[in-house]
Amino acid sequence: MWEILSDNWLLLLVGQWPHGPVGGLVATVGLAIVSLLLAFPLGIMLALGRISAHKIFFWPATAVVYVVRGLPLIMFIFWVYFFLPLLIGNSVSGVVTMVAALALYEGAYLAEIIRSGIEALPRGQMEAGRSLGLSHMRTMRKIILPQALYNTIPSMLSQFISTVKETSLGYVISVHELTFAAAQINNMLLTKPFQVFALLALTYFTLNLILTGVVKLVEKHMGSGQAVTAA
Amino acid sequence: MKYTFDFGALLGQGYPALIWGGLMTTLEMTLFAWLLAFVLGSVLAVLRMLNIRALNYVIAVYVAFHRNVPMLVHILLWYFGVGAIMPLFIEDVVNQIGGEFVYSTIAIGLVTAAYVSEDLRSAIRSIPRGQMEASRSLGLSYLQSMRKVILPQAFKISIPPLTNQTLLLFKNTSLAMAIGLIELTGAGREIESATFKTFEIYTVVTVLYLAISLLLMFVGAYLSKRVAYVTKTR
Repeated sequence: MWEILSDNWLLLLVGQWPHGPVGGLVATVGLAIVSLLLAFPLGIMLALGRISAHKIFFWPATAVVYVVRGLPLIMFIFWVYFFLPLLIGNSVSGVVTMVAALALYEGAYLAEIIRSGIEALPRGQMEAGRSLGLSHMRTMRKIILPQALYNTIPSMLSQFISTVKETSLGYVISVHELTFAAAQINNMLLTKPFQVFALLALTYFTLNLILTGVVKLVEKHMGSGQAVTAA
Repeated sequence: MKYTFDFGALLGQGYPALIWGGLMTTLEMTLFAWLLAFVLGSVLAVLRMLNIRALNYVIAVYVAFHRNVPMLVHILLWYFGVGAIMPLFIEDVVNQIGGEFVYSTIAIGLVTAAYVSEDLRSAIRSIPRGQMEASRSLGLSYLQSMRKVILPQAFKISIPPLTNQTLLLFKNTSLAMAIGLIELTGAGREIESATFKTFEIYTVVTVLYLAISLLLMFVGAYLSKRVAYVTKTR
């Protein structure tokens, strides 16, 4: 196993780069970061829709959340793969498909996290904001959301870990990320499938163990901080 | 957007049978993986309650390994990796059932077991210690108290998270198409590449997935409501 690692570590780390697109571990982390950043504004909008008293906001947001919860990510990726070219008029790469699909998918999951963050705040926060003369939207933007988003940082970081794991589906549509790199190595060696895929599993394991450690550190740090909860 | 819709194209060439077969494979996988996940998950959760240090450590590593590695990677590891080092007589048995089916079901079941054990563990921990003490002093053994007193209550508390795990497990069976299993998603892809009726076939597959997912959510909500009612009136 050491031999496989010492022979192929560069491919696992950055893929074909600099002779081709960036791949491997760097692409996996990059895909996760970009899609979660894109998912964030979408998540806020969906969360606001989910708590809205207006039916025109509530029902579409709820429908999106339920469809995403009920459909496998892989079907979602195939839909984007089919629809995105029709929408923008020319063909798109696997990376763009993957980012778009993950952003939509994670957006719905982030929405539920943010919604629970908003609902965990004491009602008095909104009432105080309104009685100080702020409009509903301004209270939301200046008082509710900053607190709710701060309180949900640990959950959103955990969602980042899930996203890292979900980027592995890029393998199915030949996006050059970590799993794809391992499959390439397996196709070159042919005789050591167990060692190659065990190495792949250990790589994900180490990466996510480090990320879990970061989440726990943040949680601990916030515990001594100013988290606001319904009392 | 230029696209002509033709759902009729899906009715020929034995496509309905292909979709039906795919759906059945998906449901079979869900059932077997679910059984594996819930039996193993319960066993792990109970073993962890025994508080034996070495055992706790082993289970913690099992859970961490299965939660931190993507499910697709587990499937690839089982199908390509473990499948290659299996003794011949086991391989023969596996191949008779279908290697793709067996290995992906095992992988999905083992991963979900890790999540189930954690959900159950937190439910068991939320049951007052007095329950165990009371049943022990009534003369039940540790395992009897677990089985007759603690676990039934823990299962009730954990209905919502376990419903969620069941739903995720059902959705995750679609990952088996990556190793070539013709389950629902795989059947959809087959028909898509044969007919190019992408929109139509994806719609059919999506509706089937959504219908079953919503059914699972509904059953979960019904169960937790019913159980809450029964507990309250007693």
